[in-house]
Amino acid sequence: MALVNIKIEGKSYQVEDNLTVLEACRKCGYNIPSLCSWNHGKCSLASCRVCLVEVVGARGLVASCVYPVNEGMEIIISSQKAMEARRNSVELLLSNHQKNCLQCEKNGHCELLEVAKMVGARDQKFLGEQSPATIDEVAPGIIRNTGKCILCGRCIEACKDAQGIGILGFEKRGFKTIVAPAQNRSFAESPCMQCGQCVLVCPTGALLEKSEIANVDAAMKAGKFVVCQVAPAVRAAIAEEFGEKIGTNGTKKMIAACKRLGFKRVFDVNFAADLTIMEEGTELLNRIKNGGVLPQITSCSPGWVNYMEYFYPEVIPNMSTCKSPHQMQGAITKSYFAKANGIDPKDIYVVSVMPCTAKKYEKTRKEMEVDGIRDVDAVLTTRELAKMIKRAGINWKMLPEDEDWDQDLLGQYTGAGVIFGVTGGVMEAALRTAYFILTGKEHEKINFEAVRGLEGVREASIDINGTTLKVAMASGMKNAKVLLDQIKEGKSPYAFIEIMGCPGGCINGGGQPYVKPMFLPNEDADIRETYRAKRAAVLYAEDERQPIRQSHNNPDIKKIYADFLGEPCGELSEKLLHTTYNKNREKFPVK
Amino acid sequence: MAKIKSEKELAEKIEHCGSCLEAKFNGKDGKKHLVVCGGTGCISSHSDEILSRLEELIKEKGLEDKATVNRVGCFGFCSQGPFVKIFPEDRLYRAVKVEDVDRIIEEDIIGGKCIEDLLYVDPKTHEKVEKQEDINFYKKQIRISLNGCSMINPEEIEEALGFGAFKGLVRALHMSQQEVVDEILKSGLRGRGGAGFPTGRKWQFALNQVNDDKYVICNGDEGDPGAFMDRSILEGNPVGVIEGMMIAGYAIGAKNGYFYVRAEYPIAVARLRIAIAKLEEVGLLGDNILGTNFSFRCHIRLGAGAFVCGEETALLNSIEGKRGMPRPRPPFPAIKGLWQKPSIINNVETLASVSWIMREGADKFAAIGTEKSKGTKVFALGGKVNNVGLVEVPMGTTLRELIFDIGGGIPGGKKFKAIQTGGPSGGCLTEKDLDVEIDFDSLVARGSMMGSGGAIVMDEDNCMVDVAKFYMEFICDESCGKCTPCRVGTRRMLEILTKITEGKGEPKDIDELRELANITKTNSLCALGQTAANPIISTMTNFPEEYAAHVNEHKCPAHVCKSMMEYYIQPELCIGCGLCMRNCPVNAIAPGTIGAKMPNGNPFPGKFVHVIDPKKCIKCGSCMAGCKARHAIIKK
Repeated sequence: MALVNIKIEGKSYQVEDNLTVLEACRKCGYNIPSLCSWNHGKCSLASCRVCLVEVVGARGLVASCVYPVNEGMEIIISSQKAMEARRNSVELLLSNHQKNCLQCEKNGHCELLEVAKMVGARDQKFLGEQSPATIDEVAPGIIRNTGKCILCGRCIEACKDAQGIGILGFEKRGFKTIVAPAQNRSFAESPCMQCGQCVLVCPTGALLEKSEIANVDAAMKAGKFVVCQVAPAVRAAIAEEFGEKIGTNGTKKMIAACKRLGFKRVFDVNFAADLTIMEEGTELLNRIKNGGVLPQITSCSPGWVNYMEYFYPEVIPNMSTCKSPHQMQGAITKSYFAKANGIDPKDIYVVSVMPCTAKKYEKTRKEMEVDGIRDVDAVLTTRELAKMIKRAGINWKMLPEDEDWDQDLLGQYTGAGVIFGVTGGVMEAALRTAYFILTGKEHEKINFEAVRGLEGVREASIDINGTTLKVAMASGMKNAKVLLDQIKEGKSPYAFIEIMGCPGGCINGGGQPYVKPMFLPNEDADIRETYRAKRAAVLYAEDERQPIRQSHNNPDIKKIYADFLGEPCGELSEKLLHTTYNKNREKFPVK
Repeated sequence: MAKIKSEKELAEKIEHCGSCLEAKFNGKDGKKHLVVCGGTGCISSHSDEILSRLEELIKEKGLEDKATVNRVGCFGFCSQGPFVKIFPEDRLYRAVKVEDVDRIIEEDIIGGKCIEDLLYVDPKTHEKVEKQEDINFYKKQIRISLNGCSMINPEEIEEALGFGAFKGLVRALHMSQQEVVDEILKSGLRGRGGAGFPTGRKWQFALNQVNDDKYVICNGDEGDPGAFMDRSILEGNPVGVIEGMMIAGYAIGAKNGYFYVRAEYPIAVARLRIAIAKLEEVGLLGDNILGTNFSFRCHIRLGAGAFVCGEETALLNSIEGKRGMPRPRPPFPAIKGLWQKPSIINNVETLASVSWIMREGADKFAAIGTEKSKGTKVFALGGKVNNVGLVEVPMGTTLRELIFDIGGGIPGGKKFKAIQTGGPSGGCLTEKDLDVEIDFDSLVARGSMMGSGGAIVMDEDNCMVDVAKFYMEFICDESCGKCTPCRVGTRRMLEILTKITEGKGEPKDIDELRELANITKTNSLCALGQTAANPIISTMTNFPEEYAAHVNEHKCPAHVCKSMMEYYIQPELCIGCGLCMRNCPVNAIAPGTIGAKMPNGNPFPGKFVHVIDPKKCIKCGSCMAGCKARHAIIKK
């Protein structure tokens, strides 16, 4: 990478020549507010006009988010002209923004508010007509409020970049422009997979998860036996909600907090992750042994399942029939756990805390119940759990770190379950167990480094007793497409494929805390590129810390098969832990 | 027509077609040659029926060896259409109706007599003018872009060839790519679409790019209110534009060209399609044209009519099938344009000029015009002017010549107030600017711009705040909604202007308007937003007193803003006829006091003076239009 010499505010700097003015300034210690470029990244829009600066010799002000640096460039950020221009753009945005900030779900995380503060936006400027606030809250996972939308277009880019779908786009023109699924439909009436990547990047409260805190409150009030179960990836990020640095392990404090929120039991979904490995691993080995449809594809990610059902129904035979871990755990809680504790399953209310918005949809699927009993009753995102903790007046910093999950049949878990939260994790966990089943002994190194990494598509060959098992992993649908097209064409060389809906896996799920580099003063300048790796590191460290690191060695898992389920993929397992898929391509016909 | 495989065959064809065409014009074939305008304007006034009636009568009366009929492109003088012109006399009949066709055949073609009442009457001298070249409207015009329009049949490539088409391309094919670019640079041609960027320089950028795929795009997304030069050129001489595109393609190394034309121009599109199909048929479009290594194909893409798609990067998105929204620059289209390949986007008029330049030579083009703006420019002259239509004048013509000589002045003896040039991105020029020589830079220096060539004349009855509001409404409708200042800023400006024209303005509104105007100018992403406030800025600069009257006194000096004007019957002039009362749709007029006075001051015997009840009046103006005494009812 070649370097160029530039001047910012009269001071000389050397930066890489492929940067935009915005990126270069940030690297050199200058924060320019921006809204349409997500967190000072590359922007292809230049639409918000909030990042305007002066570049000597350029015609007029330039949008720093798209303007490339070049040799000898002189950038002026703080001229009156540039500061006024930035302020004016923000004031215009504010003049057409639903400003009920105090009650806004995004209160405390709103980038528009931060930017307004930064540019010194004046009150009562450019008052006039406001766009109507139309709220789409039909879909179970995501809600959209046009009144808060500032049309920055980040969500549009995120949907295109992460998933390659492009559910969202601009509709109508001029002042009437809105961001919406095509033909201004609801998310529920579009092929949206509800992954929530759009929610993660929205600078305002225009896109949010559909909150279920009120449902949980109601269940508590009604005296239900409310059980909380927390997904692995939540612990890797929840501390961020309380001002801690990205990459802080929040497991212990989170357990302590949940125990103070009135849940009758606080379980780790890692138990069911181990269960998933037993089921899914067995399913895979059965397929290999019996000449079943290969490659087998994981089904833990409900966003991915949504996508598959609409865009690739052809691969339904390849899909593992396993429910996702939290659904399995819900089903087990309301059968095995309920029976053992003498509780009527109807009185149990299972709350899953997930890094995910698509899980909110998944729990509503008609397949996700056994004998009329729903597996899971409510799904909260990591952010919602943090809200509940704050609401309860709990001081995160002073929470003890010596409390543990409830050890009540579903308490034990292994390191294999923890890494489910990162792309490649399910694969690694499965390989640990598959290796054992096929060879009768544990893999020497435990870690399968070959399947780790955050690249969008990865493949690995694992040698098990002289047999080579070819596997592949993809996260984000844009990447998954590569592997899926191979299957469609009958050219897939793999036996097992792990697909995660969100880029990087659950650690970057749509329900995770927002990453706003410019407004996270304790983070490094490159946090946008490194936050996923930092969260992943938390999970891998948790894995290392566990005394037991293979699912098949989990004593509670052994117990549940011995006492209740019988054998993996047995009759009861099929009933409780497995599911079916639908072809949805006809579900949303073009009007 | 047989395939034209070599330059020699083309030369022979041109020679042959040329002599055929000439014979039609000079009457050497012993026939009268009638041409009928086939532009959109005249077709809407039934010129198609005139044409078929002419053909029918000629056949009926066995005049095939005495007269031929042809449909041609726009004459430009649209307010006077439909036209029937007779060669070799160069006799121009205007405002022809289908009923007139029999007389034309009987009296003129058979009788050899000029039909006086179909001739143009000069509004100043009231004299009848027989020949087209003697009409003032045409006297100062030079047709370069409009070359061939109103002369040749746009659907026959033989006629285009006869009129000189493809001579320019042949000349280009003998030059290197760089030489062609140099020739265009030498001509001083600047883009006719609005900004006036030197065409040759644009080509040079694209030529410098090394890429197998490059594109030439013809921007026919004409959107300025009242402008129709691109439509007329495409309707009148599509082959000339195609040739210009091919020359551009050869110069930069492109094999494909796209015409982006709005779907509201069905005739232009149809003729373009015909021309492309016929040129492909004879091998003048396709692979190895005239046996050379040069291959070129033309494609047509229809625009859905969004104004912003005339902005070149939005146009590129539209061709790619995306929403028409401008892209940030850099990268410029010449580096990364259509499908990220080097592309040049030239306006219809520019490409039409290119073929003329390559045929006639850069020097001849550069000899016309001013120092920095060469050649001619087509204006769509409209508004409060006698001669409405398309005019092509040399750069350097003054506004006074344009409005008063070519345009024939202001109708009804009203006073000239302003001329708006450059469409919604342009500005108003006033009395003090009338002697400015029109070129790209002089107009910008005076707060307006050339734009695509809209020129709307306004007289004393126009309210300039209302004019600004009109353009702002247009921009608000047409803003794509992508960038904040244009999306919200234009809306806020419109809201303020609406408030002012409704009589609710306050002095602080003027400051806020100015502030918003500056914001949209400095902050917007594309030229549409950057220039959106120009009509406001220029009217505020030139007519501050009108704005002041609106916000300080709540008066509209031109009596246009309805909330601030009322109709008033002057009692001393009312003759009490009661016509206004009967015309009033809301019964707002009633007979008032007895005692109307005659002009000599004596009471009008037994008549009432009529009075308008301002509370009931809806200000439709029917009373004023119908007032027999004409001057009894006024706006105040």
